[in-house]
Amino acid sequence: MARRVTNRRKAVVTVLAWLVGLAIFFPILWIVILSFKSEGDAIKTPFEVLGSAWTFESYATVQERSNYFRHFWNSVVISLGSTLIGLLIAIPAAWAMAFVPGKRTKDVLMWMLSTKMLPPVGVLVPIYLIFRNLGLLDTRFGLVIVLTLINLPIIVWMLYTYFKEIPGEILEAARMDGASLKNELIHVLTPMAVPGIASTLLLNIILAWNEAFWTLNLTAAKAAPLTAFIASYSSPEGLFYAKLSAASTMAIAPILIMGWFSQKQLVRGLTFGAVK
Amino acid sequence: MGRITLDKVTKSFGEVNVIPPLDLTINDGEFVVFVGPSGCGKSTLLRLIAGLEDVTSGQIRIDGEDATDMPPAKRGLAMVFQSYALYPHMSVRKNIAFPMKMAGMPQDEQNHRIEAAAKSLNLTDYLDRRPGQLSGGQRQRVAIGRAIVREPSAFLFDEPLSNLDAALRVNMRLEISELHNALKTTMIYVTHDQVEAMTMADKIVVLRAGNIEQVGSPLDLYHSPQNEFVAGFIGSPKMNLIRGAEAAKHGVATIGIRPEHLAASTESGLWQGTVGVAEHLGSDTFLHVHDHGLGEEPLTVRVDGEMPVRHGDRIFLTPDESKLHRFDKQGLRA
Amino acid sequence: MATKASRAAARLMISPAVLLLLGWMIVPLSMTLYFSFLRYNLLMPGMEEFTGWTNYRFFLTDPAFTAALWNTLLLVGGVLLITTVGGTLLALLMDQPFWGQGIVRILVIAPFFVMPTVSALVWKNMFMNPVNGLFAHLAKFFGLQPYDFLAQAPLGSIIFIVSWQWLPFATLILLTALQSLDQEQLEAAEMDGAGPLSRFFYIMVPHLARAITVVILIQTIFLLSVFAEILVTTNGGPGVASTNLTYLIYMQSLLQFDVGGGSAGGVVAIILANIVAIFLMRMIGKNLEA
Ligand SMILES: Nc1ncnc2c1ncn2[C@@H]1O[C@H](COP(=O)(O)OP(=O)(O)OP(=O)(O)O)[C@@H](O)[C@H]1O
Ligand SMILES: [Mg+2]
Repeated sequence: MARRVTNRRKAVVTVLAWLVGLAIFFPILWIVILSFKSEGDAIKTPFEVLGSAWTFESYATVQERSNYFRHFWNSVVISLGSTLIGLLIAIPAAWAMAFVPGKRTKDVLMWMLSTKMLPPVGVLVPIYLIFRNLGLLDTRFGLVIVLTLINLPIIVWMLYTYFKEIPGEILEAARMDGASLKNELIHVLTPMAVPGIASTLLLNIILAWNEAFWTLNLTAAKAAPLTAFIASYSSPEGLFYAKLSAASTMAIAPILIMGWFSQKQLVRGLTFGAVK
Repeated sequence: MGRITLDKVTKSFGEVNVIPPLDLTINDGEFVVFVGPSGCGKSTLLRLIAGLEDVTSGQIRIDGEDATDMPPAKRGLAMVFQSYALYPHMSVRKNIAFPMKMAGMPQDEQNHRIEAAAKSLNLTDYLDRRPGQLSGGQRQRVAIGRAIVREPSAFLFDEPLSNLDAALRVNMRLEISELHNALKTTMIYVTHDQVEAMTMADKIVVLRAGNIEQVGSPLDLYHSPQNEFVAGFIGSPKMNLIRGAEAAKHGVATIGIRPEHLAASTESGLWQGTVGVAEHLGSDTFLHVHDHGLGEEPLTVRVDGEMPVRHGDRIFLTPDESKLHRFDKQGLRA
Repeated sequence: MATKASRAAARLMISPAVLLLLGWMIVPLSMTLYFSFLRYNLLMPGMEEFTGWTNYRFFLTDPAFTAALWNTLLLVGGVLLITTVGGTLLALLMDQPFWGQGIVRILVIAPFFVMPTVSALVWKNMFMNPVNGLFAHLAKFFGLQPYDFLAQAPLGSIIFIVSWQWLPFATLILLTALQSLDQEQLEAAEMDGAGPLSRFFYIMVPHLARAITVVILIQTIFLLSVFAEILVTTNGGPGVASTNLTYLIYMQSLLQFDVGGGSAGGVVAIILANIVAIFLMRMIGKNLEA
């Protein structure tokens, strides 16, 4: 099956692909480099930057001065919390749609998707006011609720496409074996769907971690996750390249790693199963 | 105990009526086979008995008790699926233990039954493997093991052997028959392979479009099919059905004669024709005879494997009058 | 699989998700709709009154709206053009066999995982800053005058930043689509005498067309709502030079506290997004049957 390729051609493609890949990746590489430089060195010319001494001082100061870990922790709580709650609501729903499909299952799925297409700015005002009146502004709990809701359609959809691939006969076998619905879900469906559930979990943590509309608009100092915290570096007075780099590196590293692990399943989740 | 009674059971999917009113009694300890062409409703019927589908109307009784609205788990039946439906994330041991675990059986009783089942099914060495690491036949045995440990009042099999290769199929067929002899538990077995039906059944139920065409022992069905459909369905190769003038001689619309009840000769006989394809099986040869003047379809004849015939040869055929089947215009046995 | 009991269970299991989403959709949407017909400013509480279409008239005739609409279209169109063309080329490149495929793939998709505020700030400060940015250093190195990207070409710069974030998405999806192309189909075409170019146009392009459509539709949905990138780089300025619809509505409602006007804008944004959504849903719905 594999087509025969000359080594010369392969070499040319290799050089080209690596050049493009490195160019695209360069900004990320650059902030990682800058994060290990002193504030004074970080704004020098590229050659001077590369030649200057390496240091951990930015990481140390970011932590000390800005309570970095509180925001990091906010991000963890918000993205993990919204994803887990989302899964808890979505697993039963996806089970129902995948294994007991009815005439309206397809419509329900499409309708769920359509809620995802609602531009957030269209409901910004009411959500803001509701949050203000309920005292949910700048709380992690409030953000968990919003992020759960905006990502719920994606979770349901991804799980649905994974569940669809599990033969219904196995669940029927469990029913014949005397499993109650609860046992069927806990002992049979969930363990079988672990890969699918894991990639759904991963994708959703990524999406929630990087969500930057609601997090910016609904939080201030207290519950701000990293997206909002990093935005506070945008004021011109605070041009601290090295510290910004250190904060950014720590903010994106976990997600970058998760993303690399889940790249295979990502496509399906991001396209609602339209491309596999 | 495992006496199952279906009383005027019907099943529709939306507008489509798959099972018209149907009555059937399956006695305790019987090996009953449902046969019929694809789509005739065999699986549906089995799933109704299992409780995986609701009946549209009618009643299902298990050991005299109304089970129509019971959930599958409460019916005390075990099912072996065509795809085996093993739990891929559990070891063989866990698969077999699952129904007992769900029933809350004590652990040592579970272990005891697992060991016994594994021994009788030759699975002892594989207990710690996952289903993915087993061959088709071994998976099949695990599925059976999972069914026996519950000591159900009846086993339901839906084409359990259709995913196996021919040689293994024969083996498993024997094993299931052995199992039935050993357990003496009611078994309901769905297949569209009539060899399986003939060799395994105490009682065969022939279905067509949800209707029961005939119920009887394998030999009943072979010797006296109640209609043309059953006649054509049971027996391999199929019975030759002859209409028109030749049938009129016997005073009926259709006569049937099995390939093994036609005597072939190169010299003389009642009918004659030319040999088309000859299928040599070694012990026997099946000849397809054309240009016999009795109808469009070629006649199939079983002859001795040694008979020296070739494509295009002239051949004479004589039916065994005593083995002739007669059917009226409605296709019913006359 | 379908007994009365299991269908009843299914309804029960699906209802939390449905009810939550229903609430999430209906409550704020109807509030937005309601506010859009009110004169309602948070700075003047208690002065709310019904004003009919006034908010819409003001919003739609505001020159900022026209500018924002244009900027939105340019932003969406520009990013789509860059990412689909670039993504197709990149996918074709990465579909070739070469050494280190896995690593390059990881490098290329990385920007997608960078949170919008980080990528905007990094580009703004480390690259586009006219004094200390890398581009400025580069310009000086070649003896050129540093260019103040975000001041001189704010929208273009934002398009560039957003494209960098979304190029991986397009590439990844198109690459997946390419790899799902049946090799035997290509080989059959080769046996039938199709050269590399005709293979590309008659087999690969039709195969990719579907994936490209999906990329365009999904990106459009997200790109209509670009917000953080503008907030941290230009704040929509200078003037309204880089204000898109989302940002305009945000300014109106949360910076000027004009709930009525902001809501009218929200309704307009919803209508625009729906037009795209309808096409997208058709495509996904078709897939559901297959
Ligand atoms: N869930 C369903 N919805 C609608 N129609 C169905 C459903 N299940 C089965 N049918 C229809 O009922 C009829 C009987 O199906 P069934 O699966 O019982 O056939 P079968 O005898 O088992 O066939 P096979 O030998 O191919 O397995 C078929 O015409 C089938 O299309
Ligand atoms: Mg069947």
